[in-house]
Amino acid sequence: MFSLEGKTALVTGASGGLGAAIARALHAQGAELVLSGTRESALAELADSLGSRAHPCVANLSDGPEADALVGKAEALLGRPLDILVNNAGLTRDGLAIRMKDEDWQKVMTVDLESPFRLCRAALKGMLRRRAGRIVNIASIVGVTGNAGQANYAAAKSGMIGMTKSLAQEAGSRGVTVNVIAPGFVETAMTAVLPEAQREKLLGSIPLGRMGKPEDIAAAVVYLASEEAGWVTGMTMNVNGGMAMP
Amino acid sequence: MSEIADKVKKIVVEHLGVEESKVTPDASFIDDLGADSLDTVELVMAFEEAFSVEIPEDAAEKIATVKDAIDYIEKQKAA
Repeated sequence: MFSLEGKTALVTGASGGLGAAIARALHAQGAELVLSGTRESALAELADSLGSRAHPCVANLSDGPEADALVGKAEALLGRPLDILVNNAGLTRDGLAIRMKDEDWQKVMTVDLESPFRLCRAALKGMLRRRAGRIVNIASIVGVTGNAGQANYAAAKSGMIGMTKSLAQEAGSRGVTVNVIAPGFVETAMTAVLPEAQREKLLGSIPLGRMGKPEDIAAAVVYLASEEAGWVTGMTMNVNGGMAMP
Repeated sequence: MSEIADKVKKIVVEHLGVEESKVTPDASFIDDLGADSLDTVELVMAFEEAFSVEIPEDAAEKIATVKDAIDYIEKQKAA
């Protein structure tokens, strides 16, 4: 089950911890990957460690035209159409709303919401024509519950969830599925900056009693990308140790 | 038949997977050729690409038959 043998996938944000874990998991199931990210050396290192079936592709997703062109670039590297798109790239610019700068709001909207839309739009054109395809968006628990200090990030991730549901309705008649994963608190560079006290408090609110591992999220991506998930679309999959059960 | 009409017909046959003989000028994409709303959007996008024209939303909505498409594109090309 869940074989991705012969499938192609584009993973954005692959130079980060979560993206790399997603890439490894898809690769282990047999997929051929395009690894997109901002840090060339990290992408090259990941591609090297995967060996075959991995193409690094540096892209700056805060640039609209660059985001628009990424799917085409990926398909050129693969030499064939894209089967699976994983919108994992994202960043945070935290701060209480009353002190939040316009550019912190804008930057998060551009990278975390607008660029996934651009990638979905580009990928869907081909997927609809081919009557096949999987899109998996990576949002956040914060997009479901909100979080003080993350009005921008929560809005973008919540927007991603609404976008996913709309795209799922648009693409359903062609057998293309669009789903979104809302990870809880996962051990990555993004959460490593949390102060110890806050970390303790968070742990106390997770029924399963631990932070998530990137692999916990990657396994969910593999499922949603698989043929077996063909009757699941528009779903927000909460992978969060039980921290929120919306 | 004009070159534009020929090309439109070809695109319709290709995209909707229907027999060429069914693609008559009066054929309605939805009622006669089995297209759904997503097909019509994809067709309009295919026309835009093939003829390097822009078909705005309000014009696209009025393109219901093969002839509608041919007429619209011919008018754009003549302008």
